[in-house]
Amino acid sequence: MKIGALREVFEGERRVALTPESAGRLQKLGYDCVIEAGAGAAASFSDEAYRAAGVEVVEGPAALWAAADVVVKVRGPSLEEVAAAPEGKTLISFVWPAQNEDLLKAMNEKRLTVLAMDMVPRISRAQKMDALSSMANIAGYRAVIEAGASFGRFFTGQVTAAGKVPPAKVLVVGAGVAGLAAIGTSVSLGAITLAFDVRPEVAEQIESMGAEFVYLDFEEELTDGAESGGYAKPSSPEFREKQLEKFRELAPEIDIVITTALIPGRPAPKLWTEDMVRAMKPGSVVVDLAAERGGNCDLTVPDEKIVSENGVTVVGYTDFPSRMATQASNLYATNIRHMMDDLTPEKDGTPDVNMEDDVIRGALVCHEGEITFPPPPPKVKAIAAQKPKKKEPEETAEQKAARELAEVKRAANRSTAMLAIGGGLLLAVGTVAPASFMQHFIVFVLACFVGFHVIWNVAHSLHTPLMALTNAISSIIILGALLQVGSASVIVTILAGLSILMASVNIFGGFLVTRRMLAMFQKS
Amino acid sequence: MLSTGLVTAAYVVAAILFILALGGLSNQEKAKRAIWYGIVGMALAVGATVLSPGVGGYVIILAAIVIGGAGGAFVAGKVQMTQMPELVAGFHSLVGLAAVFIGLNADIEMGRALAAKADGTVDQLAGFAATIAKKSPVELNILKVELFLGIFIGAITFTGSIVAYGKLAGKISSSALTLPFRHQINLLAVVLCLALGWLYLGGAGIWTMLLVTVIAGAIGWHLIMAIGGADMPVVVSMLNSYSGWAAAAIGFTLGNDLLIVTGALVGASGAILSYIMCKGMNRSFVSVILGGWGGEAQASSEGPEGEMIAIDADGVASALNDADSVVIVPGYGMAVAQAQGSVSELTRKLRAAGKTVRFAIHPVAGRLPGHMNVLLAEAKVPYDIVLEMEEINDDFPQTDVVIVIGANDIVNPAAQEDPGSPIAGMPVLEVWKARQVFICKRGRGTGYSGIENPLFFRENSRMFYGDAKASMDALLPHLG
Repeated sequence: MKIGALREVFEGERRVALTPESAGRLQKLGYDCVIEAGAGAAASFSDEAYRAAGVEVVEGPAALWAAADVVVKVRGPSLEEVAAAPEGKTLISFVWPAQNEDLLKAMNEKRLTVLAMDMVPRISRAQKMDALSSMANIAGYRAVIEAGASFGRFFTGQVTAAGKVPPAKVLVVGAGVAGLAAIGTSVSLGAITLAFDVRPEVAEQIESMGAEFVYLDFEEELTDGAESGGYAKPSSPEFREKQLEKFRELAPEIDIVITTALIPGRPAPKLWTEDMVRAMKPGSVVVDLAAERGGNCDLTVPDEKIVSENGVTVVGYTDFPSRMATQASNLYATNIRHMMDDLTPEKDGTPDVNMEDDVIRGALVCHEGEITFPPPPPKVKAIAAQKPKKKEPEETAEQKAARELAEVKRAANRSTAMLAIGGGLLLAVGTVAPASFMQHFIVFVLACFVGFHVIWNVAHSLHTPLMALTNAISSIIILGALLQVGSASVIVTILAGLSILMASVNIFGGFLVTRRMLAMFQKS
Repeated sequence: MLSTGLVTAAYVVAAILFILALGGLSNQEKAKRAIWYGIVGMALAVGATVLSPGVGGYVIILAAIVIGGAGGAFVAGKVQMTQMPELVAGFHSLVGLAAVFIGLNADIEMGRALAAKADGTVDQLAGFAATIAKKSPVELNILKVELFLGIFIGAITFTGSIVAYGKLAGKISSSALTLPFRHQINLLAVVLCLALGWLYLGGAGIWTMLLVTVIAGAIGWHLIMAIGGADMPVVVSMLNSYSGWAAAAIGFTLGNDLLIVTGALVGASGAILSYIMCKGMNRSFVSVILGGWGGEAQASSEGPEGEMIAIDADGVASALNDADSVVIVPGYGMAVAQAQGSVSELTRKLRAAGKTVRFAIHPVAGRLPGHMNVLLAEAKVPYDIVLEMEEINDDFPQTDVVIVIGANDIVNPAAQEDPGSPIAGMPVLEVWKARQVFICKRGRGTGYSGIENPLFFRENSRMFYGDAKASMDALLPHLG
């Protein structure tokens, strides 16, 4: 079958759903690839590069729709595009089915099979095709870069001959994928980075990225992101009030604010109010990654960069991933490729829409003339529910001392008891055994002691040679056979002879193999 | 002919040399010299005994030593390092059988000595029989006890080692054989042996000892049949210990101090190794010997969360190329796939690229104590980058990439995190604390203990499926 990528028609969209590299991988799955001429140009992939990768280049969307069985795209198709599509094809792109019911209906009327990249469930197995995350990652990075472009100072603090530069202070609101990417970028640029999220369990992730988590002094049964597929839920009014209060307190000292707070299926919450912007220093920057959904900041104008009355720049772009088209296309095309991977378990170039598969079922919004959105809840939970952490009571110095003392005492008691029992047993043996036995017995006990002390010092790594060596010397039993072999009894001689034979095998074999092993141990 | 005094002196020297040989194994460089102490000690002991008064049958001795020695040397030269466990087990069986033979001989000689004493022809006796003839009745009884012990332990060692050999060499299924009432059967057999021993003390003939040989042999067979593959390190070291105790018991029988000393040294060594292995699995010695993982303990939690994610050679290689510090955790799977050469080549390449590469060895990795060390040494991995569990466990959080090759239970986080797990409390390598873990494994199956390994489901874990050797070889071209 053929996979084809359309040229994006949305204004300002530079990404493309198929790259020469992903085409190579798709060909391995048994697909032929085709692309509309000029589709990759904005993302710096020339038609020649596609041809070199074995991709057929066709002129115009109509030719592509005709040639391809599976059409891949970045942005969801426009109604005009759907109208132009032939019936019965498969389409893979962002769809946002919840917000675009008309589109869904239109696609269904065309009997398209549609897989929505934005509906891929958030389970571990599907991470590789989670385009939302891969795009959010880019958005987070780009947000910091955009902020830096509008910000008149360094990120990192410096002491130069021309004077001291304080480090920039960055606040990231919402530590999802985009937020964490922004935190990582900002920290690596050298800024002092603070981060806030309503889900307390991400504090650890934030701190692991090198940022400081902004704690709220708030008592509430806090929401656990695990219940809602790893996304945040709306918070209570009291909580929100507390949160805004904290932001108000922070606003005057923050140079750059990056807001990424989104709640699935709702307009973005207003977190950075007008008065906060007013409280910021002139020259500060607010980057609102939620601009497309109304923005987290009161002043945000989608798709525009504005400057507030007091000189604070508010960036409301909605096309951050598209601004890094090459990178974004690479990642998105890889997401698509992974999706095809799962759709083609046989690697025979024929997609198999397996309704039993959580991931495919989740992403599928139209199939065989039916709207299959919304999908049933997935069988696998996205993230392990946060288990309440047990706090181990820390012991005080006295308790520790007492415990150690008790341990020492117990050990001493134990060894005293052992000695007493051992001594008693020895005495018991001594009362019945004759002197000649006791002489040998002394030797035996002493040898055991020596043995224990010597063997404890053997290096762990030499345990195998140790076994081979003890094996060889345990053949000292040959002495017994040697003493017996001269006997007048034939049976004794035969048995003794056999014993000598076996023991010799052991002696020579044991020593030689030990030597062989030891010789192999080389220092670097 | 050497005088008895001189022979004893030679024995003392031999005993000291044996102790030095064992003591020398405390580090790799000393060990290479120490082995010679052992060889010289053995030569001295054998030479002195052959030349001591009352020993005859030189032709037989010479023939047996030459044939046996040639056989031993041949096996030692040919054996693969991965086959060390079965070789050691096989050797143990020989010591056990020799102990049985010598014990039976001692009984025959005792019969002859007593007969001679009754006839008044004691003067005609030579060697061992002459020594026995001088013993008092109490000493004879003690002799019988020692003889019984020697035969009993020897027979268990013999059959046990043969089963262990069969299991390690893959000639017998390595899964645990669990007969109904197996503990009761073993107990009954031991009681039967003791009863026979009692009869023997009371004057019954050699048939009691022959029966003991057979029954003890059956115990040995059954005991080891009931123990599964991964418990073999404990079994082999236990048999090692037994072979020592058998030698010591025979030493008592013969009144030979060198046998006693050496037997005790070997016995102690095996006992300590067993103890270390048991500690490595956090199991009591008794529970290992009685077999199985105790089946009753059920994991308290439901199956691990998350999913196993596979990765190909390309992905592993690029992670390795980006890494600064790499830790490789080998397990029995590496030995099975004979992958040590490829692992060594991988190590060499990574080190040449300036990365820190180290190996983490769990005490019970493989089928023999120290098995992994020997395999890696064979493949020319320098021993100073091969570290023990305690040495490296704290370093995992600073490690970029961990590659687990054919190991499972020894890297199972459930041992620390799930108190209901059958392996709870077992010390494990904390590989999950590293930034990324690649698990090289043939399939999705569980490890020896049959427990799911939550490590495979962690976010930083990736499964690198395939034969260990093929996988490592596939990595090599991508590196650098």
